[in-house]
Amino acid sequence: MSSVAHTDSVHSAHVLDEVRIRELFPILAATVGDKPLVYLDNAATTQKPQPVLDTLSRYYAAQNANIHRGVYQLSQNATQAYEDARAKVATFLHAADPAEIIFTRNATEGINLVAQTFGRSTVGEGDEVVISTMEHHSNIVPWQLLCNEKGARLRVVPITDAGELMLDEYESLLGPRTKLVSIVHMSNSLGTVNPVQRVVELAHGHNIPVLIDGSQAAYHMAVDVQAIGCDFYVVTGHKLYGPTGIGALYGRRHLLDAMPPYQGGGDMISSVTFERTTYNEVPHKFEAGTPHIAGAIGLGAAVDFISGVGFGAIAAHERRLLDHATAALSAVPGLRLIGTARQKASILSFVLDGVHAHDIGTIVDTEGVAIRTGHHCTQPVMDRFGVPATARASLAMYNTTEEIDRLVAALTKVREIFG
Amino acid sequence: MSDLRELYQEVILDHNRSPRNFGPLEGADLRADGHNPLCGDRLSVALKVEDGLVTDVRFEGSGCAISKASASLMTERIKGQTIDEARALFDRFHRLLTDQTAPTDDAALGKLAVFAGVRDYPARVKCAVLAWHTLRAAVDDNHELVSTE
Repeated sequence: MSSVAHTDSVHSAHVLDEVRIRELFPILAATVGDKPLVYLDNAATTQKPQPVLDTLSRYYAAQNANIHRGVYQLSQNATQAYEDARAKVATFLHAADPAEIIFTRNATEGINLVAQTFGRSTVGEGDEVVISTMEHHSNIVPWQLLCNEKGARLRVVPITDAGELMLDEYESLLGPRTKLVSIVHMSNSLGTVNPVQRVVELAHGHNIPVLIDGSQAAYHMAVDVQAIGCDFYVVTGHKLYGPTGIGALYGRRHLLDAMPPYQGGGDMISSVTFERTTYNEVPHKFEAGTPHIAGAIGLGAAVDFISGVGFGAIAAHERRLLDHATAALSAVPGLRLIGTARQKASILSFVLDGVHAHDIGTIVDTEGVAIRTGHHCTQPVMDRFGVPATARASLAMYNTTEEIDRLVAALTKVREIFG
Repeated sequence: MSDLRELYQEVILDHNRSPRNFGPLEGADLRADGHNPLCGDRLSVALKVEDGLVTDVRFEGSGCAISKASASLMTERIKGQTIDEARALFDRFHRLLTDQTAPTDDAALGKLAVFAGVRDYPARVKCAVLAWHTLRAAVDDNHELVSTE
């Protein structure tokens, strides 16, 4: 069965067919001990649908060759498949041109690429980079490294008790010294969906470029980088129902053209002598060495799959799940949700009176329920809310209200043990 | 999956609810901070030592039931012991948690043997040993933040 047939069959009139979607994800049939797996750690990574698995296996079984330099048919086909995948990602993110999509290992590498190329050539002593309190460590540390190297200053937009960006504070941080804003589209520990269009608009009012970290947002909602107006946008494939080890950076063409290369090596050059090297055009200038060809092609299959299901159906289904989960968890005695933004999606972070998140995680695991516990690589968020850690259930298109109920039932077992 | 009650023994739950020797120690001779980055547990251990003998020991910080109970039982156990005895206990305790062939009824461990169940939960071993790693850093006079990673 082709992936098109797969995906065409699972949606009609924007209503998601839960049963048929779940059948496309083989791992969802797994058990933990004698309990069916309830996978609620999607913010860490999503599971992979059959069309993606088939694409990966087909690539290695029938299409494998190195790209861009072979004159033989197999290599040309692999090159075509790799570049087709780039075009698919460009369409998925609504980029103007496939050359604006650079394949990376993950979102982290996308951010580091921008920090080390655009950042190092733009940020100087006394300059400032603006991020927010709710950033993942991957959108903090690359900027810290850059600021430490350059004698620049990292400025942090505070958040409210609900976990929302304080836009007035943000606006007041922007000024002539601000060289870049880097803000998350959707928080991985709070679920907050930030008003990224407004964030960009305010920065552009000062001619400041903006990077948006779309790691979490891109599998829950349609992303249109041109409508957002951002200058850079990063995603990671393994949260888009695709393979690990592949991600993408969107960058505006004129910025990418002006940026120095990231890593040196094969494929990123036009010509090399010992005296002088001229660099390849974008996007190849930023893709040194043999890339993750299979991963890129797998990512292409993943975004095809998502588009086949449709964000209309996905968002409506996940909204229902989030509303159900919010109500069900709020009714658990002693449970407090962390992250109650008006605009939020698919993530429920919580703490339970008298029980550490880590103990919750171990106990619900014995009921087959996989949730994340800890600081979720957002220690400043934990500090902001005065908690050492939270338990986090994060949803994807294949989750069901029954699974939420299994989590809630497992939480009663936590109470049985801890009293 | 082993029975959860093997992990969350009554003694552990009790020490989690009411940790012994919890709070600051005035005039401590030795002190160290420990951190488990996996779950965000942080605790510090402080000791008073006279002639190689632990005369007082207390701990502070936040953590899961396993790490808190482990710290609490550790302080109870090593008070009145020599530094060398405490080091030897660290080794025995560590073996209990990480060596599937180690006896679970090692008499020398006494009450500390309630943590035997932890070795069936590899993700939780670090929680149980955090206090002990921190203790060792304190007696080694190692003031760097110790980490279980």
